[in-house]
Formats: sequence, structure tokens, C-alpha cells
Amino acid sequence: MSRAIRALSVALAVVFALGAPTAQAQDAVKVGVIQPLSGPVAASGNYVRMGAEIARDWINGKGGVLGRRIELLIEDNKSDPKEAATAAEKLIVRDKVPVIMGAWGSSMTLAAMPKLEEYGVPMVVETSSAATITKRGNPWIFRISPPSEMEALGLEKYLKEFGIKQADFLAVNTDWGRGSVTAFGDLLKKSGASVGAVEFMEQSATDMNAQITKVKAGSADTLFLTTSVEQITLVLKQAQEQRLTRKVITTGGSSSPSQLIKQAGAAAEGTYHILFFLPWFPEAMPDGKLAKAFVDEWAKRGHPFEGLTEGFRGHDGVLTAVEGIRVAGKADPKAVQEALWKVNVMGLNGPIKFEKDGPAGKESGQSKPSIFIVQVKDGKIALPAFAAKK
Amino acid sequence: MDQLLQHLLNGLLLGATYSLLGIGLTLVFGLMNVVNFAHGEFYTLGAYAAFAALTLASVHFFLAIPLAIAAGAAAGAICERVLLRPLRGQSIDTVMLVMIGVWITMQNAELLGWGGVAKSVPTPFSTQPLVLGPVSVAPLRVFVFVVSGGLILGAHLLLARTRLGRAMRATFQDRETAALMGVSIERIHTVTFAFGAGLAAAAGALLGPVFLLYPSMGDLASLKAFSVVILGGLGNFAGAALGGIVLGVAEELGAGYVSSGYRDAVGFLMIVAVLLLRPSGLFARAERVG
Repeated sequence: MSRAIRALSVALAVVFALGAPTAQAQDAVKVGVIQPLSGPVAASGNYVRMGAEIARDWINGKGGVLGRRIELLIEDNKSDPKEAATAAEKLIVRDKVPVIMGAWGSSMTLAAMPKLEEYGVPMVVETSSAATITKRGNPWIFRISPPSEMEALGLEKYLKEFGIKQADFLAVNTDWGRGSVTAFGDLLKKSGASVGAVEFMEQSATDMNAQITKVKAGSADTLFLTTSVEQITLVLKQAQEQRLTRKVITTGGSSSPSQLIKQAGAAAEGTYHILFFLPWFPEAMPDGKLAKAFVDEWAKRGHPFEGLTEGFRGHDGVLTAVEGIRVAGKADPKAVQEALWKVNVMGLNGPIKFEKDGPAGKESGQSKPSIFIVQVKDGKIALPAFAAKK
Repeated sequence: MDQLLQHLLNGLLLGATYSLLGIGLTLVFGLMNVVNFAHGEFYTLGAYAAFAALTLASVHFFLAIPLAIAAGAAAGAICERVLLRPLRGQSIDTVMLVMIGVWITMQNAELLGWGGVAKSVPTPFSTQPLVLGPVSVAPLRVFVFVVSGGLILGAHLLLARTRLGRAMRATFQDRETAALMGVSIERIHTVTFAFGAGLAAAAGALLGPVFLLYPSMGDLASLKAFSVVILGGLGNFAGAALGGIVLGVAEELGAGYVSSGYRDAVGFLMIVAVLLLRPSGLFARAERVG
């Protein structure tokens, strides 16, 4: 037993020695990152991390910021809101980061937000879509992803081409899923279409047959699907097993269609996906050269291609956070918060510039991201005929 | 009507997977009195073992499943030999804490080894559904259903009809007497735990291809397994088998006709009711107490 204890103490000593900050690391400007690196939505979180690392290396390659290197401190929120709040507190209190990027899921971001306000540290929100994030009067929030309402507006111009008369909804039972159902439901009602079944699934659920059977019993022509790529894969496979024939539109931009083609196969055929980055057509992006360079770098690092539609968020998020530090002229949370209002950079998605959103006096920042739609056609990604024309 | 039939079929197929998850746990829990929090991790281990056999060693799908069961049983035997044997005679709480440690360690090891991104297991089955009148079902799920039924029956027969099964039951009823009758107590403990772990791994290898593989997939499996054990009664094989079906059908109908947002709540409400009204399980026979 005593030998075991001795072995353990040696192991602990080694861990502490490795964990101790080196002089070089102290000189670097720290940027906190909170992502789901494990748990049910881990794929997306890991892709965002990969994108963030590319942005870090590119920025450091160009001399860093304020003459110093940047260093990412990456925390895993385990796809769990509680863990997201803990991670935010750890980054702020222990690591003293001047700015954070996070935390992928809306529920995770919402859970971390009180900590930002408590300690006064800004966070660039790279993925979350729930409207309430920028409506709560938290002035430390700067979101570069579109809220569901903005996504719905992006779809509005194509509504006629889709010819939706009645749509069902199947969404993850989180702030994101519920918010998305409201936003797209309102849009449909406004345009004269009706809303059929509204079904939810738990984030960790794997068997969605009950929901699909219920949807199938209705008479809608379209199914709006809002969840992570893992669950979209399962829903499409199970829908195929039950012979559900609906036009499927996924929302939220986290559907990684290339991964769907790989894992769901024929079940993914014909589905439409709302996305915010198109790695298949980098030249069609607002900054084609930047997009091409990112896609190439991603491939060079051996990252899976299907992660690009998620990975770009990490790049744009870190770019925005670091630009905030540059404009502020110092790595101080309050200064970075003020500076983020002046940020105007070109990201992979398009120009990033914040406008005020939420209750007066305590507004959050919200940019106006570009929104795209693609379709899976013959096992490949294509721009739908109507979108290609415009 | 068509909708109801499809719901019932879905519930039956889902329930069979719950049964399979439950029997391994009820065996270890009921016979050995070990609250195996790592049950879900043996499930995950089985799923990844099958995945590794298929993709890395490229063995045939039907061979990958027994290999995964063997891997799970081996891991279970090691776990029993190294961690549980020194704790023999300790209180159930101590053992429980150790098993929580095993759960966390195994889950993080899986995360380290395989990464957090979900993996999908290729199978030789067609993805085109079998259409039976108004309902349809994937061939893979029929296969899983049949194999699950076979495993449950086989496990039951082993326990009820064989010498080994008799020795197992004797050991956990009265170890001293069993030892006096010539039963090797230590071996029986290891074999029983390995058996439970092997059944969990079997569930993982079978369900992995139906769903997706990721390191925390065992958490949901554990939760369902515990529910099934509570519904069916501790150590009750037939109870676990039926409890699984009841849970699956209840969840399915709850989601179909009440609200899918409360799908899991339906199952848990039922467990609360069972604990209140029939605390020894839905299918418990009148038994001697104490």
C-alpha cells in the first residue's frame, strides 16, 4: 500500500511540475475557450477547437497581438451547462483571461453568462442560436453566430421555392431547440403556412422512433430538424427505417452535411441544410481567398473535412476576440469589452461588426452573419437550384 | 391504428435493448450485491471493441460481436480480481464508491483513446426497412432483437440449469456452506462479475451499430439499466426482461400520445409508482424476507 502511495505522490509531483506555468507562457496573451470536447455534442466542440487553433497559429505567425504571442486556454464543458459555468469561473479566476470564446450550445452559453457579469469579462459567442442570449441585458456578450430569428429571415426569401404548406418540428430539448421552433414557426405562420407536430428529444437521446412515428401520422410536407450532427444522423436513419418521406431542413448550422453523408448514407439524400460556411465552394464566400486558405490549412493538418462547417466558427471567434484585444491596446477585460464595439474584421463567414441588441443601457453585441443553404444531392453537396441563381 | 401498431413495435424493439442492458446489471446487483456503476462502461467497452475489431482488424461483423463480449468479460474479470476481491466483506457503500471510480476512469480512458467525436459502426445489413403491412422495421433491429432474446434466455438457462449456475446461486446465498460443499468461492465471484460485464458488452456490441459510439454513451445505458432492474426486481431475470419491455413501451407511448418533451419522465414516473406500490419490483413473487 505504501508503495502505491509513494507512486501516487510521484505522479502528482510530475503533474504539478508539468502544470506549472513556464516563463514563456506567462508572456503570452491568454484567450479562454469553452467548448464541448466530450459528451453528446463533442464532435462540434472539437471541430470548433481545431478552427480556433488555426486562428491562433495564423495570428502568432503574423507576430501575435500587442507584440506578444497568444495562447488558448481550452476548457471542456462536457456538453453540460453546469460544467460551462464552472469552466468560465476557472478561466476567469484562476487563469485571469481577458476574454473568452464559447460555449457552443445555447444552454451552455446561458449558464456561463452570469459568471461573465459577476466578474466582468467579455465572451465572444461563436455558435449559440437562442435569441435570449443577446436579449437578457448582459453587456459582456458579443455574438457572431446568427440567432434563430436571423436564420429564419435568411430562409424567408426562399420560402416560395420550398413551397411549404405545413411543417413539423423535431428539435433538441434545449434553449437552442426550443428557440428555433419558435423562430421558424413564427416565420411559417407569417407566410401563411401552418405548423403541425412539434416534437422534442433529449440531448443524449438515441432512439427517436416515437417522435418519428408521431410526425409520420401527420400530413405535413416538411420537417424542420434542429439538433447536433450526432442526433441528425440518428433521426435521418430512423426516419428512413420508418419510411418517412418529408422535405427535411436542418437549422442552426451544426449539421456537418459531409459527416451526414458518411454516417447516414442514403438517408441523408435530398436534405437541406442551413449553414454559415461553405467549404465546398470557398471561392463563393465573402472573402474567397481567406476561405480557401482555411480549407487548405484544415486539410494540411489532417482534420476531417466534414468538420469545416463547424470549425470556421472557432477561427472567427478567436479572430474577433484577439481583434478586441488589439483595439483595446491591453489585455484587460473591461478594455476589451469596450474595444469589441469597435471591432470590424473580415471573418470566414463575412464581415464581423457588432450592433446593439437587448434592453437599453445593457445591450449585448450581435453581428450580422451571412446565411447559406445547401442540399445533399447524389451523395454530394450542392447549392439548391434556386440559391445558385441568386 | 397504424400509428399505434408502429409505436408498439418501436416500444418492443427499444424495450428488448433495455432488457439486455438490465439483465447483466441485475445479475451482479442481485447475486453479488455489488452496485455496478461501471455497467454502462462495460457497455461502451463492448461497443468500441466491436468497432475496433471491425475497422482495425477488419473481422466479419458476426465475429466482432463475440469478440466484444470476450473483451467485456475479460475486463470484468480483471476488475473483479484486482478491485473487488480485496474489498470482499466490506460494506456495500465502499464497493459502490470504488465502482464509481471505475466508471469515471473507464469513461475518461475511452475519451482519451477514441476521442470525443461520435463513430458509426458499419454493418452488413441493408438500410432499407422491412415493410410488414402498416409498420416497418430495420433488418438490423430485428437481428438485435433476436440475439438479445437468445442471450437473455441463454443467461437464464445457464443460471437455472447448469452446475456453474447452481454454484453461483449457492455462493451468494451462503458462501460458507457453498465453500464446504466444494465450490471455489473466489472463482465464482470472478466468473459472475465477468458474466455480467460480458452481457453489458454484448449490449454495446449490438446497439453500437444501431446508434452511434461516443465515450459517454454508457451514461444513458446505465440509467436505463438501473431503471429496468428497479422495475423488474433485484436479481430477477424474467423481471428484468419484462421490465425492459414495459419501460420501452411506456416511453414510446408516452412520447407518442402525451409529449415527447417528457419522454424520459414517463419512464421515471412509472419507477416512482413501482417503488411506492411494489417496492420489490413489478414481477417479484412473494419471497422470504431477511
